[in-house]
Amino acid sequence: MSPRWPAGLRIYAMNENDIEPPHPEPPSIEPPKGEPDLPHGRIVMETSQMETDPECVSRRNFFTKLCIALSGVCAMVLGVPVVGFIVAPLFRKTPEEWIALGKAESFEIGKTVNVTFLDPSPLAWAGITAKSAAWLRRVSATEFIAFSVNCTHLGCPVRWLADAQLFMCPCHGGVYYKDGTVAAGPPPHPLTRYDVRVVNDEVQLRAMAIPITTTL
Amino acid sequence: MKRLIMAVWKWTDDRIGISDMLGPSMGHLVPKDSKWWYVFGSATLLAFIVQVVTGVALAFAYVSSSSQAYETLQFITNQAPFGRILRGMHYYGASAMVLMVGAHLAQTFLFGAYKYPREMNWATGVLLLGMTLGMGFTGQLLRWDQTAAWSVVVAAEQAGRVPIIGDWLARFILGGNTIGGATLSRFFAIHVFLIPGMLIAFIGVHLWLVLRHGISEPPVPGQPVDPKTYRQSYHKFLEKHGHPFFPDGAWRDFVFGTGLIVAIALLAIFVGPPKLDLPPDPSILGADPRPDWYLLWYFALLALIPPKVEGFVMILVPAVIGTMLLIVPLMSNKGERAASRRPWSIAVVCLSVILIGSLWVVGVASPWSPNFNPGRLPVAVIGVEAGPVFQGAQLFDDRGCLNCHLVKGYGGRRGPDLTYIGDELTQDNMVIRIVNGGVNMPAFGNMLKPGEIDDLVAFLSSRKREKGKL
Repeated sequence: MSPRWPAGLRIYAMNENDIEPPHPEPPSIEPPKGEPDLPHGRIVMETSQMETDPECVSRRNFFTKLCIALSGVCAMVLGVPVVGFIVAPLFRKTPEEWIALGKAESFEIGKTVNVTFLDPSPLAWAGITAKSAAWLRRVSATEFIAFSVNCTHLGCPVRWLADAQLFMCPCHGGVYYKDGTVAAGPPPHPLTRYDVRVVNDEVQLRAMAIPITTTL
Repeated sequence: MKRLIMAVWKWTDDRIGISDMLGPSMGHLVPKDSKWWYVFGSATLLAFIVQVVTGVALAFAYVSSSSQAYETLQFITNQAPFGRILRGMHYYGASAMVLMVGAHLAQTFLFGAYKYPREMNWATGVLLLGMTLGMGFTGQLLRWDQTAAWSVVVAAEQAGRVPIIGDWLARFILGGNTIGGATLSRFFAIHVFLIPGMLIAFIGVHLWLVLRHGISEPPVPGQPVDPKTYRQSYHKFLEKHGHPFFPDGAWRDFVFGTGLIVAIALLAIFVGPPKLDLPPDPSILGADPRPDWYLLWYFALLALIPPKVEGFVMILVPAVIGTMLLIVPLMSNKGERAASRRPWSIAVVCLSVILIGSLWVVGVASPWSPNFNPGRLPVAVIGVEAGPVFQGAQLFDDRGCLNCHLVKGYGGRRGPDLTYIGDELTQDNMVIRIVNGGVNMPAFGNMLKPGEIDDLVAFLSSRKREKGKL
């Protein structure tokens, strides 16, 4: 059975046996002058004729939309797990556990010391990166303050100068007083504080995320 | 043997079509007078190839785990045969890539080669520049030491300033709420797969565009670009003044490229890779994070601008620079190309180089950072061994003044040099400054007793030029 080709279709072919003519009059197998020979057995349809045939237009539109829709499905099938996997750490909740820092009597009143502790739920391969630090100040017999070590300017680790009673940042020279308020330089906010409590004479700090300054 | 090799080559070439594929590209005509100014693009590509090759080799030993990466870097640097050289070549290759892409950008801009019809060559090139800097930054973080770990925090803090999605971006960079197991592996994926994949895709597009529109001919004053006639005149020009890219035009690229690779190798051998800092332990607080040299200018910029506008500058400067570069061809895609007829283009390039260079020099010195190891002022500088002046000098050391102020070469450079402050301020003014502080100086009014302030003022007042000396 002959295929139903649109009227006026031109066929270029190098081998006439490859093509079953759709019309009673076989089309020319010679390409018009000035046009290059086509590879063996290749059929070329004039797009202008396809564009005018309603049935062909309908089929082509359908296939175009089908291809686009299937591409979207493929992208979804791939994309959902990939994107979900990459952004998953954002939604991993860090348990805000209370972490014991030591007996209250081991901290001298008026002194600020560096305390280190572990991330409450580190990934197994975190190694030393699971460690964290804070500056703990014993204000009085019952009052403790714990400061984040991150400068509120750009997050660099602030250092405590005990004699000067100042925190200083090595990156851009931010300076804080002993109560964490900004003394000089570019920090936009005081040092972030951790929650601290004393339970059964044990000083505890509630672990939290690295404070991120989000104000311009 | 030669016949056999030729037969194998002919068979392979026939089946794969290597000559058909590469022949037209290798033989396409390029302007004869496109000489040494035109080598920077191929040099950038070559530096990228160096990065891919050395990076793949390093990945044979590097473990992208937060807990083990540091040890594997120690192994690569100190034990693995050629490891030190490979690390060095990867580092200097990155530097070469940044330098070459910068030179290529400047040359293209000065030659007006971004004008019609090469607007998209320019745009893809600008994107490639951004990706190159992204590779530089993420690569520095893979050097997983103390500086790298804290640099991640700095990057997260900077991302945090982006309106609305800042906190989300910051957590994305950290891989969670803190530095930890997820932090390094995501930068590894970004550095080794994501950005290189994009780089390869855009390099492909960039090269395709170079072939499609041809290498721009050296500009001639008085021959402006007219989009209506340019293509025709360019092809006529090539027919008259063109020669095949390979080998007639490409030999200079090979010579320059060879020099570049030899320089990279020599630096790797004789200077070596950047030293590893302490391990990436977030509880060690002695870190002093600094970006590698190609981003040091931006680090300096953030230190020097007024804090009030810093958040805007942090976000807007990269966005504005990127947008301005991208829209350069949209602002002017026709007319004169010669730099002599576009003097502002020379001014833009010179100003950019001076600005970035100056910021870089200041960034290296980082005078805004306190000196955390200033020592103590020697008696020879103090001038006396007892009394209020001596006591004031001890307070100057103890209360952190010396961390920020310089006295006869001792101390920090964060604040003014106080070597001759006794000639410049009255005692009353000194008291006001000490008690109230200033923009970059804490107020010591609540931290010093009146007697201590008197001693400090006595010491500072004694800081005078010797009589008879200017």
